[in-house]
Amino acid sequence: MNVPDDLLYTETHEWIRREGENVRVGITDHAQSELTDVVYVELPKMDRQVNAREATAVVESVKAASDIYAPVKGTVVEVNKALEADPGLLNREPFGEGWIFVLKIDDPGDLKQLKDAAAYRQQIG
Amino acid sequence: MSQAAQKTTPLYEEHVRRGAKIISFGGWLMPVQYTSIVEEHHAVRNNVGIFDISHMGQLLVSGPAARGWLNTMLTNNINKLEVGQGQYTFFLNEDGGIIDDLIVYRIEEQKFLLVVNAARTDEDFAWLERYRPKDVDLKNRSANFGGVAVQGPRMAELFRALFGENVNLPTRNHIVDLPFDGTSVSVARTGYTGEDGVEVFFRAEDAAKFWNSALEEGKALGIKPCGLGARDTLRLEVCYPLNGSDLSPERNPIEAGLGFFVDLTKPNFIGREVLVKAKENGSPEKLVAFRMQTKGPPPRPHYSVFDDGNRIGEVTSGTLSPSLNYGIGMAYVSAPYATIGTRIDIEIRGQKFPAIIEKKPLYKKS
Repeated sequence: MNVPDDLLYTETHEWIRREGENVRVGITDHAQSELTDVVYVELPKMDRQVNAREATAVVESVKAASDIYAPVKGTVVEVNKALEADPGLLNREPFGEGWIFVLKIDDPGDLKQLKDAAAYRQQIG
Repeated sequence: MSQAAQKTTPLYEEHVRRGAKIISFGGWLMPVQYTSIVEEHHAVRNNVGIFDISHMGQLLVSGPAARGWLNTMLTNNINKLEVGQGQYTFFLNEDGGIIDDLIVYRIEEQKFLLVVNAARTDEDFAWLERYRPKDVDLKNRSANFGGVAVQGPRMAELFRALFGENVNLPTRNHIVDLPFDGTSVSVARTGYTGEDGVEVFFRAEDAAKFWNSALEEGKALGIKPCGLGARDTLRLEVCYPLNGSDLSPERNPIEAGLGFFVDLTKPNFIGREVLVKAKENGSPEKLVAFRMQTKGPPPRPHYSVFDDGNRIGEVTSGTLSPSLNYGIGMAYVSAPYATIGTRIDIEIRGQKFPAIIEKKPLYKKS
């Protein structure tokens, strides 16, 4: 299972890419594989303020709906509209074109709570 | 439930070896998908797919009094069955509620094979045992037998490749015993997908041999091993009910729209009085099929159904239909609304999405 070294991770299978004051968020290769074919993504509203571990988006597979959580406290500044037309991007390119939203983070120090690739690899065994 | 307490079918090792994703289903470790639910779904609609159905229960009822007695336990009329023929039917409780839906085959003059839902096998057996007269023999052969469903428009080609060019397929709802590679298997022309198909039953020790032969011979036909995920989307597109979701002990076959499989002209079967009344008075709710009107989120079980602001029912099954590419589902709705063409709303995470009640099946081969 692909777990890129340059990303941070949550226990709930989101990945996080630091981009200056922002973080880009998606779900991991492991998560997309567990969810099976993604058929619908409910994106958060722009400018929504979210707390860490708050349900922020919903990913629906053929089988079930799953919440996607904000990794840290912040404000939604970008959402991936391409997922509305092509939710399968989440399965095909979970770390690339399948990103879900971008948060402007309140406190960069919050990122210290997140897992590095080695810790996430250990979690998914 | 712990992993240790879970049951496995005789094909479990094959599923793991071929990389299936395994889930727990009604106490069984079963493949939910091999590669993709959507791909497996299309393989069955366009070519052929094979499913492990070894978890389903297989009960045998035999003896000179078997037919007469079994006809008091089942809703459909088994007197209509010739040897080698099967029918869809129900076990009801005294309140007319559905204990299980099943297929009963008359495999000999005085012997019947009942293929029941995995999670209900023990309950069904106990139910039958409770009423069984002494001169009827009842056996649960589930642990020693397995089965697969082979479904799709190219099934007949695969059948000939496996059994021989000159061997006839059984006709619809019929079952035959056929020799296969030094053993004997039972082949029934039935299924749960809306495609032409067979279900093949064999001894547990022959399971891997049949499964691997079918996959090998089916390669040229585009066969795919399929999991429970595709089984569910396929059956829902053609509105076949799933026990535990669309059917339950609180629902009777009349409100589920399955009165065709209940013979009220039979003088006596468990649950009959309640069904006679239900038919006379009409049911307060009915099971309908619906399709979402927009490309929004798919409907799911337990979502509420609304007419304007009024809650009129609840979804029992829902998914995104891979064939139609729209959300589809079934729901029990208040009888006055249960007509084709009625516009309804499905509430999904606090928001209402428009849907329309449609004729069953939702998917029809063009």
